[in-house]
Amino acid sequence: MSRTLLDPSSERSTLLRERLARPAHLSGQVVGLLDISKPRGDVYLDRLEELLVEAGAKVLRYKKPTFTKPAPVDLRHEIATQCTLVIEALAD
Amino acid sequence: MSQPGAPSLPDGLVVVVKRECETCRMVAPLLPQFATVVYTQDDPAFPTPAAVHDADLAVSWHHDIETVPTVIRVVDGVEVERTVGWVRNQWVAITGIESLGQDLPPFRPGCGSLSVDPDRVDQLRAAFSGHLLTSRRIELADLDDEMEMLFERGFTDGLPVVPPTEERVLRMLQGTTRAASDVVAIVPPDLVEVTIEKVAINAVMAGCKPEYLPWVIAALEAVCTDEFNIHGVLATTMPVGPVIVCNGPGTRAIGMNSEGNALGQGNRANLTIGRAVQLIVRNVGGGRPGEVDRATHGNPGKISFCFAEREHDSPLTSLAVSRGFQPTQNAVTVFAGEGPRCIVDQKVRTALELANVFAACLRTLHSPKLVLAFDVILVIGPEHARVLAADGWGRERLLNELHARLQLPGSELVHGALGIADGVPAHLRDATLPKFRPDGILVVHAGGGAGLFSAMIGGWANGQMGSQPVTKEVLP
Repeated sequence: MSRTLLDPSSERSTLLRERLARPAHLSGQVVGLLDISKPRGDVYLDRLEELLVEAGAKVLRYKKPTFTKPAPVDLRHEIATQCTLVIEALAD
Repeated sequence: MSQPGAPSLPDGLVVVVKRECETCRMVAPLLPQFATVVYTQDDPAFPTPAAVHDADLAVSWHHDIETVPTVIRVVDGVEVERTVGWVRNQWVAITGIESLGQDLPPFRPGCGSLSVDPDRVDQLRAAFSGHLLTSRRIELADLDDEMEMLFERGFTDGLPVVPPTEERVLRMLQGTTRAASDVVAIVPPDLVEVTIEKVAINAVMAGCKPEYLPWVIAALEAVCTDEFNIHGVLATTMPVGPVIVCNGPGTRAIGMNSEGNALGQGNRANLTIGRAVQLIVRNVGGGRPGEVDRATHGNPGKISFCFAEREHDSPLTSLAVSRGFQPTQNAVTVFAGEGPRCIVDQKVRTALELANVFAACLRTLHSPKLVLAFDVILVIGPEHARVLAADGWGRERLLNELHARLQLPGSELVHGALGIADGVPAHLRDATLPKFRPDGILVVHAGGGAGLFSAMIGGWANGQMGSQPVTKEVLP
């Protein structure tokens, strides 16, 4: 048997991108909040929106059709083109 | 017939022999009468020093020599006729020499070609067909331990895997008629095209035999559908993974277990088919625990959960037949499920009693308060199935009786009822709600002959918003 193995992975190489610098303050920023359609997620996001608006941000709200599947491409595009900041977090 | 890239044969009559073969030695004196060239597989001087030694067996391999002696007629560089072994009238026909071997017996079988010798065939396939594999090669240093290297690179599910060498992967590919480069599916979460070659590599690692490969391919196609939604099944905090139920005569042909301990350890086909699917999701799709896989607890079936339905003595139509397939078709059904839970009733003697205990247990699935959100596989053991059969119940009657018993009063289901917070909104207090949607109970017959037990396998968020069971035919 040879001492060469075949790669079982997708052989994709990860792209490393520089992050944008953090803004000094939220005033004037457009922040996207994505509701993933889990029960009571809206309660949490409502409160987050209040805090962000108090800090001077404009808030746009989005919603996934179902929490079980990735956000549709069109929705991701919409968020990317309309927002200057996205709060990304994983919750359940 | 010759394969692409085969060494060309000269026009005329070409003979392939080996000294080790008694029939080759018997016909050797005849060859000078007609042979344009004689290829010898073992002794370079057999039958005469003029023979061409097929030392690396390239001629034999590429021209699909399975038996020696083989006589091939070549015209304009193309094979037009061949005969194998010694059949006197066939040799006369191909050579046109009426008197050929008149003193020999009319028939002698040939011997196996060295190019199909089980001890050599894997190396030959790698030498002559290895270029068909396009995956990146991982070269091991002399001191590398291949098993440890596979762990270190994150390619395993926590158990050792079989190292995927060219020889093993090419042998695995013999299990399918599909080309190595065929794309089987787009695998979440990274949404990567997976080829038959990558499926075969991971099937080798899982421990599959080549004859299992079509089952792995079908199961993978099924889990990668939008209906099944493996992305969500992987990402959920619930303890579910793909449960694979196999149907059809092929389950017995490949030695799957549908009987004692069918849901447990000990059967290579059951365990490695399910494992291969999960390894592909991990290695090709990029779905790993702690990353996109966010399961709170998980379950041991996420390594592999695959079994066959016990069809040969089942009083019920099989799962695949109930989902529109023929009994003669091989099929896999994938279901997003947790581990199995035993349903015990050792005193049951009537189908009505059995429906009662099934319904009482099924009601508790995930929570006695949760309705309509989850499907279930009910795995009926043969001793319970015998009770159903004695009362003349088939699948349809059983399902009707179960659904009838699982119409639940809203007063027991609303938030706070039974002292349990979870539940349906208060305005449904006076409603009657079914535990399961109409097609939410999947019935399978499996298990050993002793034990008045069945099992239930709870599902995950069902329907279009979650995961639907998907059945696919297994094709060669």
